[in-house]
Formats: sequence, C-alpha cells, structure tokens
Amino acid sequence: MRKRWACGPFWLTYLFLYTPIAVLVLMSFNKADTPYSWGGFGTSWYGELARDEAIRQGLVNTLIVAAGSTALATVLGTLLAVGLARHTRSRALVALATLPAILPDLVLAIGLLAFYSAIQATLGLHSVLAAHTVFGMAFVTTVVRTRLTHADTSLEEASRDLGAGPFTTFARITLPTLMPGIVAGALLAFTLSIDEFVIAFFTAGPKEPTLPIVIYSMVRFGVTPEINALATVLLAVSFTVVIAAQRLTRLTDSIG
Amino acid sequence: MKPEPTAVPSGAPLVEIEGVTRSFGDVTALDRVSLEIRQGEFFALLGPSGCGKTTLLRILAGFDQPTSGEVRLEGRDLLALPAHRRPVNLMFQSYALFPHMTVAKNIAYGLERERLPREEVRTRVAEALETIGLSSAAGRRPHQLSGGQRQRVALARAIVKRPRLLLLDEPLSALDKKVRAEMQLELKRLQHEAGITFVVVTHDQEEAMSLADRIAVLNDGRVEQVASPTALYQRPATVFVADFVGSNNLFSGTVRGSGVEVPGLGVVPAPAASAEGSAVRLAVRPENVVLGSEGPGGTVVDTVFTGGTSRIAVEVPGVAQPVLVTVPGPASVEPGLPVRFTWKSEDAVLIEEGDAA
Repeated sequence: MRKRWACGPFWLTYLFLYTPIAVLVLMSFNKADTPYSWGGFGTSWYGELARDEAIRQGLVNTLIVAAGSTALATVLGTLLAVGLARHTRSRALVALATLPAILPDLVLAIGLLAFYSAIQATLGLHSVLAAHTVFGMAFVTTVVRTRLTHADTSLEEASRDLGAGPFTTFARITLPTLMPGIVAGALLAFTLSIDEFVIAFFTAGPKEPTLPIVIYSMVRFGVTPEINALATVLLAVSFTVVIAAQRLTRLTDSIG
Repeated sequence: MKPEPTAVPSGAPLVEIEGVTRSFGDVTALDRVSLEIRQGEFFALLGPSGCGKTTLLRILAGFDQPTSGEVRLEGRDLLALPAHRRPVNLMFQSYALFPHMTVAKNIAYGLERERLPREEVRTRVAEALETIGLSSAAGRRPHQLSGGQRQRVALARAIVKRPRLLLLDEPLSALDKKVRAEMQLELKRLQHEAGITFVVVTHDQEEAMSLADRIAVLNDGRVEQVASPTALYQRPATVFVADFVGSNNLFSGTVRGSGVEVPGLGVVPAPAASAEGSAVRLAVRPENVVLGSEGPGGTVVDTVFTGGTSRIAVEVPGVAQPVLVTVPGPASVEPGLPVRFTWKSEDAVLIEEGDAA
C-alpha cells in the first residue's frame, strides 16, 4: 500500500496555489463595502460591475488589442518559425527570434516607448496592439518551431513527389500539420495580451486604457469587492480558454 | 508534362544511371555508380545501412542531386526535372500518409495535382481502393488503419499516378512476419498488373531475393554485382556478396592443381582456376557441404535443428571460423564427435583475391 503521508506535499502545494483564488471568488459574493470583511452573501457587486462604464470600455479596448495582436502575431510568428526551420541553421537567429518572450517586460516597454517617440508616433490602441504583437509573435514562433522540429519532413517530400509545387505543399500539407501548434501559440498570445500591464501602461494613450490599466487606477483609490467580481469573471474566462485549448489540441493531436 | 506510356520493347533500359557520385563533405555516399534498369522489371538495390542505396533512391526521386554523373529516364535527362515534375513516385518507408486527410483524399492528392477532371479522379481513386481491397476504409484516417493497411494506402497513392518508375523504400521492414508474406505477393501481383517498373531499396536480402528480378548489391557507395537472385546466390562475384547474401563458408587459399590449398584443410575441391599458385578466396554454401568418410576432418561443436533442416558447426584446427554444414532433417551427429566433410568442385565458388572489396 502506498504511504498516505507521501501525498502531503502534493496537496500542500495545491492548497498554496488555490487558497488565494478561492478567497477571491468567495469575497466577490460579499455584500459588505470593503473586500476585507465578510458582510453576508450577495451578488450586488456583479451588478455594479456590469454598470461600470470605465471597466466596460477597458474590456473593449483590451479585447481589440488582444484579438488584433493575436491575429498578427500568429501569422508573423508562424512564418518566422517556418523560415527559421527551413532556411537557416543559425542558433543565434533562433535565440534572437524568441528573445522577446523571455525579455523582462519592462525592458521591452521602455524600448518600445523610446522607439515610438523616436518615430514620433502617436500613442493609442494601435501602439499597444503593435507592442503586444512583438512579444506575442515570439511566443507563437517558439511553440510552432517546437512542433516543426518534431514534424515528419517526409510528409512534405511525399507531397512534392505526388506532383505538388512548393506553394501547394505549404498550404495543403505544412500548415495543416502545424495547426495544433499554431492554435496553441495563438491562445497563448491571446491570454498573455489580455492581462499584460507593464507594456500596455508604457505604450497606451491616456484616453484609451486597457483593462489592466483601468483596474490599476481603481485599486489606487481603494479596493472594492467590485475588483473581486471582475477578477472572478476573468478567472472563469481563462479557465474556459484553457479547457477549450486542451480539448482542441487533443482533438487536433489525434488527427495530426 | 507527363509523357504518355509508350510501347517500349521489354528489356530496353528505362533508367540509365551513369557514373553517379554523391559526396557529403569528405564522405562519399555514392562512388561512380552505373546501373541500367529495364522497362517493366522488378529491380532491387540491396546493401547494408550506409551503403548509399537510400541516397541513390533520393536522387531518382528528385530529393537529392548527385555531385557528378547522369541519370536518364527513357533517354531524357531526369536530373533537370524537379521532384514534382518527374514521372517517378516513391513509397516512403514511413509511408508518409497525410494524417489530416482521409484514405480517399490521400490517394486523390496526386491526381488532383495533375488537374484531372473530378469525375476521373473519383473513378481512379475508387479503382485504386478496389485494387488494394480497402474500399470500405475510404473515409477513414491513416491513424485508424493497421500497419499493413497503411502500407496498401501508401502503395495505392503512388501507383494511382501511373508513374513510369515506382520507388519503394524498405517496403516490408515495418510489417510483422505474416503480413510481410501477404504483402510480398501483393507487390508482385500489382507490379505485374500495373506493368510499372519497380525499384525496391532494402537491407534485407530475403526481401530483395523474394521480390526482385534483378538485384544490385551496393557496398560503400559502389556496385558490387548486378545479377538475378539465383545467380547472385550461386555465383557471387565478390567476397562481400558471398558473405552478405545468404551464409557462406569462406576460405583463403592458393590454387594447387585441380583444387585449392587452404591452411588447415589441405587441398580442397574447387572449380578450374586460372593460374597455379594465385591467391584466391573460396566460398562454399553450408548446404553444399557433405559429411562423409573422406576429406578434411574436424570436431562437431554445435548442432541446431531448425525444422526442415539442421545446421552443424564443425571446428577445424587451424581454421578461424567453424565450418557450417546444413543437412536435411535432424542432425545425425552430436557435439564432440569427429567428422569428415567435402564438397563437389562445381559447388564451390572461386573469387579472385583482387576482387576483394
């Protein structure tokens, strides 16, 4: 029989991971005005959240940035990954392509701000979108490249052997076999963009803050349980995305 | 454009490979290889791994270019055509079936690239599925098929294009024994029915012998011998072929009168040799060695009963390798017994030392 106490550390780490989140969810159903004491069960803060114009606008901005940067990052990152795998053997180029993913956000943020002011670009949603494309692309490249290095190159040879030119082979064979990697990379870029704060804070215009910036300015004026309600909603969305991604990769893996 | 099949007299060369050399840096994978593959034949490239057979296959398919040399198909330069314009198809060792497409889509892929009318594609795919007996699996995906079925699909996908030349990379290696035997017959039947020239690449001599009309044995990037399976077995031209194809007793010796003097054995029977005193190698198949009351002697060290036949190993003082003898049925001798053995002079094969690779 397995020793029971051996499971202890396992459950302890889980407790450590999820206690704060459990407290957060619980407190979002708090009737009281402060997030620190319990005043009975109620969903009033969710109603408050729905009526909050600043948060609604922040959410819209964030979704525009996340969707736009994900679309761009997915296309560019996939092309970069294929180019790296097929046309170069340089390890340095690979490292440089994926560097923005591990670079401290602050470095990227300062660099982008310096770049924008150098080219005298106006700041707004477009500048955040471009900034998020930069690091999203690095993540997509990393994920797609991993899939590419494990891919069976004989599939592309078989396509050529059967009479397909380079373009048809890319569209009909290479892309579909890379699809699970591309989807995973896109989901990663999307979720990272949604809650990205540092780079957005540096590159956003004053009139179009993204959701994390809105939350930050709310917190500065004191925390209300509305924040908890918002966090719970975001949590639910993240969980849905993660589970959907897992389902999707399992599905595409069984095909690919 | 794809040339229409023309009536080429059987026996005419379909593929001419002339002085093909392929080097990767300091390594020479192919060294001045010249071969002729005839129209309609089942040809095998046989050799150990690293002998260059796969490189030659990739050159024929168009995935690799030789450093020097020429390859012609029906008299025309094949090397000038990119892989997707050659009337040559390859069945990959890994089958390389497209995982995201159904069986029918896999088979249709090559025909769709030729921009054939939809109706024709559909009929030809249906015919191909019929031929390989997988009509009911048309809508399945490759991962839902067994190994043998996948191979049939890979074969159908290549054959449906009606290539002038079909290349097969180790076609039987991934199959278990029972499916292998089935597939072997199937390949021969298909080759006969389709009338396509097949070139199979393999390291497995049994695979080559059972399938091919002619076999080219490659070693170290060079062609050792090109012959029919029977000739290759009975009359190996080099020591490498004698050793690689089937099992053989190989002796080094000197020509003495009507025989060969082998250290430890004395003068043993051998076919008529060229010059007295020249150094030669003698190859004798175990099944041609006869146990009896005359000839050189030794001690039985081991007997193995394999069903139809038994293999007896005889140790002879002064001879490095035990002499192998194959007899029908169970062995009549036991380990430890002294025996004498001999063979008919015409059953031994003389290989000039200079030929040793």
